[in-house]
Amino acid sequence: MKRDATGAAVLFALVALLPLAGEAYWMRLGTIVLMYGVLAMSWNFIGGMAGYPSFAVAAFFGLGAYTGAVAQKFGLPMGVAWAGAGLMAMIFAALLGLALLRLRGHYFAIASLVVAEVLRELVNAATDLTGGGMGLNLPIPAMASIDAQARFFFYAMFGLAALTFAATLVTTYSKLGFGLRCIQQNEAAADMLGVDTTFYKVSGFVLSGVFVGMAGAVYASWVYYIEPPDVFDVLFSVKAIVMVLLGGAGSVFGPLIGAALFLGLEELVWRNYLEVHTGVLGLMIVVLVLFLPKGLLSLSRRFGRWRPLA
Amino acid sequence: MLYLQILANGLVLGGLYACIAAGFSLVWGVLNVINILHGSFIVLGGYLAYFAYVNAGIHPFLSILIAIPAFFAIGYALQRLMINRIIAAPVLLTLTLTFGLDLMLSNGMILAFTADFRKLVLEPPLGTLAFGAVVLPIDRLAAMLLALALTGMLYLILSRSRIGRAIVAVRMDREAAALMGVDVKRIYAATFGLGAMMAGASGPLLVMIFPISPLGGPAYLGKAFVICVLGGLGSVPGAMIGGLVLGVVESFGSLWFGPEHAITLSFSLLILMLLFRPHGLLGRKGYE
Repeated sequence: MKRDATGAAVLFALVALLPLAGEAYWMRLGTIVLMYGVLAMSWNFIGGMAGYPSFAVAAFFGLGAYTGAVAQKFGLPMGVAWAGAGLMAMIFAALLGLALLRLRGHYFAIASLVVAEVLRELVNAATDLTGGGMGLNLPIPAMASIDAQARFFFYAMFGLAALTFAATLVTTYSKLGFGLRCIQQNEAAADMLGVDTTFYKVSGFVLSGVFVGMAGAVYASWVYYIEPPDVFDVLFSVKAIVMVLLGGAGSVFGPLIGAALFLGLEELVWRNYLEVHTGVLGLMIVVLVLFLPKGLLSLSRRFGRWRPLA
Repeated sequence: MLYLQILANGLVLGGLYACIAAGFSLVWGVLNVINILHGSFIVLGGYLAYFAYVNAGIHPFLSILIAIPAFFAIGYALQRLMINRIIAAPVLLTLTLTFGLDLMLSNGMILAFTADFRKLVLEPPLGTLAFGAVVLPIDRLAAMLLALALTGMLYLILSRSRIGRAIVAVRMDREAAALMGVDVKRIYAATFGLGAMMAGASGPLLVMIFPISPLGGPAYLGKAFVICVLGGLGSVPGAMIGGLVLGVVESFGSLWFGPEHAITLSFSLLILMLLFRPHGLLGRKGYE
């Protein structure tokens, strides 16, 4: 654990220096990669550790974004709105988890997938509160300059990513992480040996929701205009999964590495092949699943094992 | 009288839903694969019929005959070349794989057909039929009957043909079937081919009723999923019952709560079913 923590401290210190580079484009990319990191690390709690194929990331993200946005609309300060979004996502995840985590496999996957659809419909229909399909404008933060604003949101997302990483680290080396891994390997056996599977699964699900909810709220304040199809986009769920698969599921650094790699690839594809970018994303997913189902980290491990033979 | 009309509309819709869901349910039941591509296959089948009608004047009912072999071949090849490779992997991987393929297919369709909504309008229109106070458009009625015929055909294939019996055997016990000389990989490919065929064949029926766009696939996919859960997994009569129930529920739901809540309503139904009757309305794990 100490080694992981030291490595993470170095990594995060390096990322914190990014604003020195100064350029707005890199600040934007940095903010997005941190947000993706939060989504991937969050999914890892339930999907990577417990092995439950959750597609609820988009639901938590949208819920958080709208909670934060509506709170700000009623005049609450930004920080309070973000915390409120986290709390809302937490309560929602706990209730949803109690109902849905009784399902397994495909049933759980699809049930969690449709939650985002239902929330989107509800937000769309609640025009008075959320603006419905017209979207919702947030107050533009009063800050000295555009650059200061960019730096502010970069560090906000940075703090959230650091928090999520700390939670990952603590969970991995605690009883909770051990219990979740037991559930992944054999839930019935874990249950029989005295692991309170319901409590553990719900805890994992709550962890997978709370930081995503806050990330949604920070995102909403950052872009100061949100609409239902934008923040309840199922691609948020899918990207989180792909990033974790890319980096290696269940590991401490995998999701972060996956997020950075994924953003790099996504940016390259966006820039060069705008018209076919979803197709190329699909192709990446197919290649990844067929040839590297255990993630890119498994590659280094494999080469590590080969070395003595050479 | 309004209620009778709504009920009739719901049943017509339900017949089409049954056809959408039967192939999806088969693939899920036999292969334990959620085929995210299913919705886009339906849309692709719709485009096939649309362009066949606009460019060559081929009636959509006839383009089903083109769709059947074409989509069976696509599905068979896809399973043979890709999905079979990871069929034993955890659920998440097969789901993610078909999702990636779906992104590629829908992106390809946007490039090929643009994102415009298109609807096939028969010229001249077929008119309507009146049963007392209930009025139904003939094209819808015919589409529903054809959908039910296709679903019935799938039922017959599974219960009568040699390959169908092999599919059922593989679903019941893969190892035993393999010991009896069934080539499991080929059966998997044939099953996926049948699923794709049902999707592709229901496309021409739907394009006469709903406008289609390359991004319309997920809506059909969601319906197929709800129907599978309603009727019970991997059974053709289950898909039939589930489809009819969903069609009627959606019709009355639109009347009472407004059409904007149709998705919320059907997904709430889905979650309730999953929690309280996970084996579906027919309540058995069986097959055919």
